[in-house]
Amino acid sequence: MAETMLEVEGLRAGYGPAEILFGVSLRLARGEVAALMGRNGAGKSTTLKAMMGLVPPRAGRVRFAGRDITGLAAFRIARLGLGYVPEDRRIFTDLTVVENLEVGRRPAEGRDLWTPERLFEVFPNLASMRHRRAAAMSGGEQQMLAIARTLMGNPEAVLLDEPSEGLAPVILELMADAVLRMKREGIAVLLSEQNFDFAAAVADRAYVIERGEIRYDGSMAALDADPALRAQHLSL
Amino acid sequence: MSVEFSFLLVQALSGLASASSLFIIASGLTLVFGVTRIVNFAHGSFYMLGAYVAVTIVPWLLQIERSPTLFFAGVLISACVVGVLGVLMEILLLRRIYKVPELFQLLATFGVVLMVQDAVLKIWGPLDIPGPRAPGLRHGVMILDQRFPAYELFLIAAGPVVLGLLWLLMHKTRFGILLRAATRDRDMVGALGVNQALLFTGTLFLGAFLAGLGGALQIPRVSASAQMDLSIITEAFVVTVIGGMGSIGGAFLAALLIGQLQAFGVLIFPKITLVLVFLLMALVLVVKPWGLLGRPESAAGHTALPEGIMQPRGFAVAEKLLLLLAVLAAASVPIFGDTYTIKVATEVLIFALAAFSLNFLVGNGGIVSFGHAAYFGLGAYASGLLVTKLGMPMEPALIAAPLAGGFFAALFGFFIVRLQGIYLAMLTLAFAQIAYAVCFQWVEVTGGDNGIVGVWPSAWAASRSAYHYIVLVAAMAGILALRHVIYAPFGASLRAARDSAQRAEAIGIDVRTHRWLGFTIAGAAAGLAGGLYAFSKGSIDPTLLGIPLSVDFLAMILLGGMQTVMGPVLGAAAFHSIKDVFMPLTDHWRFLLGASIIALVLIFPRGLGGAYAALRARFSGGAP
Repeated sequence: MAETMLEVEGLRAGYGPAEILFGVSLRLARGEVAALMGRNGAGKSTTLKAMMGLVPPRAGRVRFAGRDITGLAAFRIARLGLGYVPEDRRIFTDLTVVENLEVGRRPAEGRDLWTPERLFEVFPNLASMRHRRAAAMSGGEQQMLAIARTLMGNPEAVLLDEPSEGLAPVILELMADAVLRMKREGIAVLLSEQNFDFAAAVADRAYVIERGEIRYDGSMAALDADPALRAQHLSL
Repeated sequence: MSVEFSFLLVQALSGLASASSLFIIASGLTLVFGVTRIVNFAHGSFYMLGAYVAVTIVPWLLQIERSPTLFFAGVLISACVVGVLGVLMEILLLRRIYKVPELFQLLATFGVVLMVQDAVLKIWGPLDIPGPRAPGLRHGVMILDQRFPAYELFLIAAGPVVLGLLWLLMHKTRFGILLRAATRDRDMVGALGVNQALLFTGTLFLGAFLAGLGGALQIPRVSASAQMDLSIITEAFVVTVIGGMGSIGGAFLAALLIGQLQAFGVLIFPKITLVLVFLLMALVLVVKPWGLLGRPESAAGHTALPEGIMQPRGFAVAEKLLLLLAVLAAASVPIFGDTYTIKVATEVLIFALAAFSLNFLVGNGGIVSFGHAAYFGLGAYASGLLVTKLGMPMEPALIAAPLAGGFFAALFGFFIVRLQGIYLAMLTLAFAQIAYAVCFQWVEVTGGDNGIVGVWPSAWAASRSAYHYIVLVAAMAGILALRHVIYAPFGASLRAARDSAQRAEAIGIDVRTHRWLGFTIAGAAAGLAGGLYAFSKGSIDPTLLGIPLSVDFLAMILLGGMQTVMGPVLGAAAFHSIKDVFMPLTDHWRFLLGASIIALVLIFPRGLGGAYAALRARFSGGAP
């Protein structure tokens, strides 16, 4: 098995009295793309947020690149090289495209890969609107900007929350290309998804989460090939 | 004709000069609010400190050489010193209160205001300190046929220069871009690897630096004095609110408007310039609830309200007994106590009513009023003026007090209840300052700063004991009536509107009308308390409407526990007794009070009532 990049063990988290995660465990190898799938409210976003330190974990362990990052402040986790793209994109709407990228800029030793110019190659749509205020961009463009902004931090792994949500089919293809490009650059990606086709197109590994617990853990190819298995875990 | 024109021109120029000064100060306030979401009352204290540090440093520098360079070097050094104080405040206090309700943030930063006031008196003494004039800018410039001070011309240029520098900082530096990003979504900035704590500390340096700069630049115009802080902070609040909180461009626009309004308003309505300014604010907020260039608040991740009254419950048997004992104790004070004790007990009852009416708004209605003393004071003035100017007896004058309080609460409340959150709090403050300004400036009627003496009760009620019983009956009646309203469906509707205005609307509650009525009722009760207070003191003066008294009321309900129904009564008793015992013992009462308010907010936000509720829950075996 390849070197482990990210490892989650028995993660529990919630909001106030509401428990959302009941011991989630998952693992991501270096350069691997994994999809975390499940219905609305199953705990996908909360898993990513708890890993990122945005929701305090109540129990369990999160290890990243061999370090225990459980409960660290989000900015410390980001500085260690774990990037995060939130579900609702959370673009800084007052800022221009290049300014948004500037907020994400964080040169990392030895892996100083991403510059605005390189990102404009990956996302050509953004190149033509460098000085446009993000508020004046479409949802798909904002999603690209959100990913580009996170890549400016030169992460070794990225948590991508529902990247396909609300996007037109054309944009979806661009998004899938972007995820595969990240994989080629050696970046591990954990994406939460409800869109199975999108997940199947990019992911090597699949996790299915249901009521805060992982119910399926295996290769994406196996899940894709077996309609019965898919129906068991993902049918609505 | 040309004389008139030159006069108008000079008037407009002096308006520009004050606009510049005001903008420099307000830009810091709005910047700090934009990033940290804290309305910093202590911003005015930073301004005052800037002036005091400058009148200390600049003359010393000018002894070396009377050069403009050294003068402005001194001004910048003063601003930097104040900036460092801002950093200290961020690290020691603000960092701990980013997540607490706005009301607590306002109170805690007001605690700093009180502490700085006493510190300034201790360091620089009670006398105003005039500053040196700026070398090279002491002459007058002839504009048409009018002489205009060169320093004012310099100030006119300073505002746009600061605006330009801030623009460059915000758009051309990484720090500025991060600040703008954090203004929209500070948690996301953190998730991208930026240490928010450092960013906030930097923001406070910049904000305090600007306040200090504003203060230091004033020294050739006005002497440094210990009253500078509160007068400037209300003006700066008004500027930021009119411009839109968090918007630097908006602050510039608003400062220009207010500068001109004051310059020309003084020609037309010399008495009511302050009123004009606040009227402008009220008008802008009604048309554009988020200011000229502001944006709707994103409520994300911020608890706007302190914990309020949840399920009001009836008294248990033991509690009824306690209550009976308390009433008996209050009633027997005139029998056992000396004159002084009776006076204190009477005042405790009056403040209990005022605090209860405030918590009716805050705890039950979620309407955070920062100017509740206005209605208290207006009640007092109504009674006082009727007795002294129209020769009415006490009885009808006392009836007029709640009517006056209620009338003005209805008038102001009509605008106030249209707003939410921090804008609502700012508008309550603004209306309170209007009322204060009228009482302060309308000398012929109100006696101005000195107020009016000779507000005595009727003969039958003249003795301290007799008056104590009147207050006991009136305050108890007021409190019980309000308490009844809290338990009535009307009170429940107010709580529903507090917890979710949208859902309350959806089940058919007319939220705005309910809140308006609630505001009026609370104002009437506060007015009654004010009327009672006027007769117990025998005099009225503008402090009865001032911010410090509003803050005292807030401290009472905070101390008593704003999530409890009866807590405010306890809080008023505790607060006033403590104040009465300790104030004569120390020269640093304000320092102590400020420190106590901060301590309350930090470690004891549920108050005495909260502590009692926890105790009760423990003994009755329920969940805490």
